[in-house]
Amino acid sequence: MNKYEELMARKNEIMKKSIGIDYSKYEKGKLSFDYEEMMKDTGYTLSDVIRIQSDTGVGDTPLLELRNITKLARKVSKNGKAARIFIKDESANPSGSFKDRRATLSVYDAKTKGYKGVASATSGNYGAAVASQAAMRGLHCIIVQEAYDSRKIGQPEILEKGRKCEAFGAEVLRLTVGPELFYTYLKVLEDTGYYNASLYSTYGVSGVESLGYEIAINCRERFGKNPDAVVVTHAGGGNVTGTGRGLIKAGASDTKLIGASVNLKGLHMASDNDFNKKSFTTGHTGFGIPFMTNPDRSDVPRSAARPLRYLDRYVTVTQGEVFYTTELLAQIEGLERGPAGNTSLAAAFAISQEMEDDQIVVVQETEYTGAGKHILPQLTFAKKNGIDVTLGDPKDEIPGKNIVIPDHPSKIYIENHDLNDYRKSYVKNAAMKISGNEILKTDLDFLSEETKQNKEQISRILQELNIVVR
Amino acid sequence: MIKKGTYIEVEEIVLYPNERASHLPEDTKAVPLKVWRRGFCQNDCKVGEEAEIITVTGRSAKGIVTLEKPKYTHDFGEYVEEIENIGKQARDILGVI
Repeated sequence: MNKYEELMARKNEIMKKSIGIDYSKYEKGKLSFDYEEMMKDTGYTLSDVIRIQSDTGVGDTPLLELRNITKLARKVSKNGKAARIFIKDESANPSGSFKDRRATLSVYDAKTKGYKGVASATSGNYGAAVASQAAMRGLHCIIVQEAYDSRKIGQPEILEKGRKCEAFGAEVLRLTVGPELFYTYLKVLEDTGYYNASLYSTYGVSGVESLGYEIAINCRERFGKNPDAVVVTHAGGGNVTGTGRGLIKAGASDTKLIGASVNLKGLHMASDNDFNKKSFTTGHTGFGIPFMTNPDRSDVPRSAARPLRYLDRYVTVTQGEVFYTTELLAQIEGLERGPAGNTSLAAAFAISQEMEDDQIVVVQETEYTGAGKHILPQLTFAKKNGIDVTLGDPKDEIPGKNIVIPDHPSKIYIENHDLNDYRKSYVKNAAMKISGNEILKTDLDFLSEETKQNKEQISRILQELNIVVR
Repeated sequence: MIKKGTYIEVEEIVLYPNERASHLPEDTKAVPLKVWRRGFCQNDCKVGEEAEIITVTGRSAKGIVTLEKPKYTHDFGEYVEEIENIGKQARDILGVI
């Protein structure tokens, strides 16, 4: 056993200490666990979450109507119709993104339980959110980032996020590419005894419920109805899960929840060479698909992010389309916001054109923009890394080779992905974890809840896999 | 010479190629996993030599000095011609100014 394997073998013990949750008590059947029981065990209700967030200025963000973008969608749609597009301006949160919602509960919980500091493994906005919350609550903060390739070259967006964490007084560990970031992170937890502010803990996910809840309430107060669709940028699944749960808690079960990711097909997420060939560090298929079909792959034994439980539809857009939409948002709506958060906006622009004029589609986030986190440095960086940036039809975009900026707003498309394919993969992945070929009835119920499919549909998949239900 | 107490950055090898996880792509497996940390040096030191730092959370770390008073170098990039017409074209379609 080398030192990597040695530390990884102590994984569960370290995590238990760093988050105060004994995940083993939720396990049941051969592959199942009690998800709702685990979520309930945070001890915080949705109204507690809203109060704790409000104490630190998180949430209650404006829901803005994008009138000019809606008009443009109607101009280019095939039948002249498009739903009204709204955007939840999450950049108004203290650290500039919806991730503040995910950080609040963890940091509050860490403070309440007497931890001296919090830590998190993230190259995204979440690091800044944890750092900001830790500054407010008087806790130390360590953020572990995958920042550079082996030449010490990092994407401008990640460099900016590192800076922001340090601006809030956090210690930042900047690493080269590789999943062993988790090794370094575990070492930090073990050495410091800090709280693991995981994106995937129950706290990290239930904090987003307030966002789905607010969207439904905002729409009912202003328009007397729930939104017809909410489009969510999807990566690790916490955003989709929390928003979906919040909508349901607000009674908006009829609202369609649509996940959107940037298509980075063909790029390997753990590849040193590919690392700087992508222009998006999150919100892409490299996280979106694996986390959908195998959610328990994060820094907690059981992830609270279970996107297939809530998604009604999953679409992808291209990097060029997201850059285009980001520029459009600034130019005709007067809102300069970071590109990654606009993945769902690019998708909503196309989706609105399938809908009626009186329908409402909500883009559920924005993020702050600034040096590094902006289309100019990101496109400049892409060009410097050998990516061909052109104007044309985004259908011609090949991730890692080129970025095609649409030459007309009629060329913003979405690619629909069949959720049934992912549901099937999910069941396959879950079945791989059992020994033998038998599962229990509890497991059948669990798989049905996990994938939002009825038992007959699950049974058919199980039959194909030669798995018997006892 | 960097004076004791100066804010610096140090580099450390976390895992050598032979210690890395087994399921990695070849290009990643061929290089070490490195980490860069920042903090205040505990002795006078030089770039390229080993030094000990104390980080902002009060932790001690050692590594090869890479930067003295590290600055942020990310910016707003170059002028990008490919996006220059997006706003004008949209306004033309909408029939405003």
